Amino acid sequence: MKTNDKHTNKHVILNAFKSAFPYTLPIMASFFCLGSAYGIYMKSLGFSFWYPVINAIVIFGGSLEFVVGTMLLAPFAPLASFSVALVIQLRHLFYGISLFDKYKNMGWKKPYLIYALCDETFSINCAVEVPDDIDKSWFYFFVSILNQMYWVIGASFGALMGNFIGEDVKGIDFVMTSMFVAIFVEQLRKDKLISSALIGILVPIMSLIVFGVDNYMVPSIVGMLVFLLVFKKIIMKGRSLPYES
Amino acid sequence: MSLSQQIITIALCVLGTQITRSLPFILVNPNKPTPMILRYLGYVLPTAIFGFLIVMCLKGVSIDTASKWIPELVGVSLTAILQFYKKNMLLSILIGTVVYMILVNLVFI
Repeated sequence: MKTNDKHTNKHVILNAFKSAFPYTLPIMASFFCLGSAYGIYMKSLGFSFWYPVINAIVIFGGSLEFVVGTMLLAPFAPLASFSVALVIQLRHLFYGISLFDKYKNMGWKKPYLIYALCDETFSINCAVEVPDDIDKSWFYFFVSILNQMYWVIGASFGALMGNFIGEDVKGIDFVMTSMFVAIFVEQLRKDKLISSALIGILVPIMSLIVFGVDNYMVPSIVGMLVFLLVFKKIIMKGRSLPYES
Repeated sequence: MSLSQQIITIALCVLGTQITRSLPFILVNPNKPTPMILRYLGYVLPTAIFGFLIVMCLKGVSIDTASKWIPELVGVSLTAILQFYKKNMLLSILIGTVVYMILVNLVFI
């Protein structure tokens, strides 16, 4: 019987890597493309190479990273920025709740697992039943770190490419709008919450009209929450909440 | 924005992200069920948020000049229709963006 600590045994680590890697292949494709688009987008806004790369490393949240580009060009508004960050990332609260049990006993890897818990990593780690002969903590770790690497590499590549495409290509910032529209369609397809969709579109529009382009964000977020809570009975008519995991 | 203001803004984004990612692990009592309000918001909020983000992206649109709203309408509609029928996110984003760029650079100058 080997006396090596199980967690540093090279075979254990390698097997976990070999098990985790295939699951991340679709993410590799998608993050290389979207990450590059992000890098190019940030360059088109006039930011240097470092902005998308640093954002990809420290924020590591696609939608928010796109949004931070526009926030940085607007007047300094810390409260609005923080509110927007919270609201965009709010869904992560539910990822943590869902993965609470799976992420027990992860040891030193746990802080990084939590730090890097993006949508795609959540999907994989939540859905996959890791076989008993594979070390779970290394599996979840490799899924998390591979996905982040793809994103950072994509963003770096895009930021480099941005030098050649130049800042003058008009309209490339539409990629963010397009991405949100695609995600919106998928989200609606999944939960069919027309009421929520209407609130999400109409409240911000009204907020824009009343408060203007520079001040509409916080009222939009507050307004959306208020409407969703006040109309809960109507929204939930004929529906039930998904089961707790 | 000055550099230090930019750093603060990015740091706030990091903070917001990390709060949402770590709070469950700090607060959740595995023996108690999740509070109803959280379960409800977790269910209804995502769709609304993406609606919010779309409006945010389109806030510069105005109806007085054709060039300021037609490309956006075409781009958004095309993306939405493609996504609805083809279910391929990269395809929808690619085509929607490319068509928008063609309209904005070559047609509606």
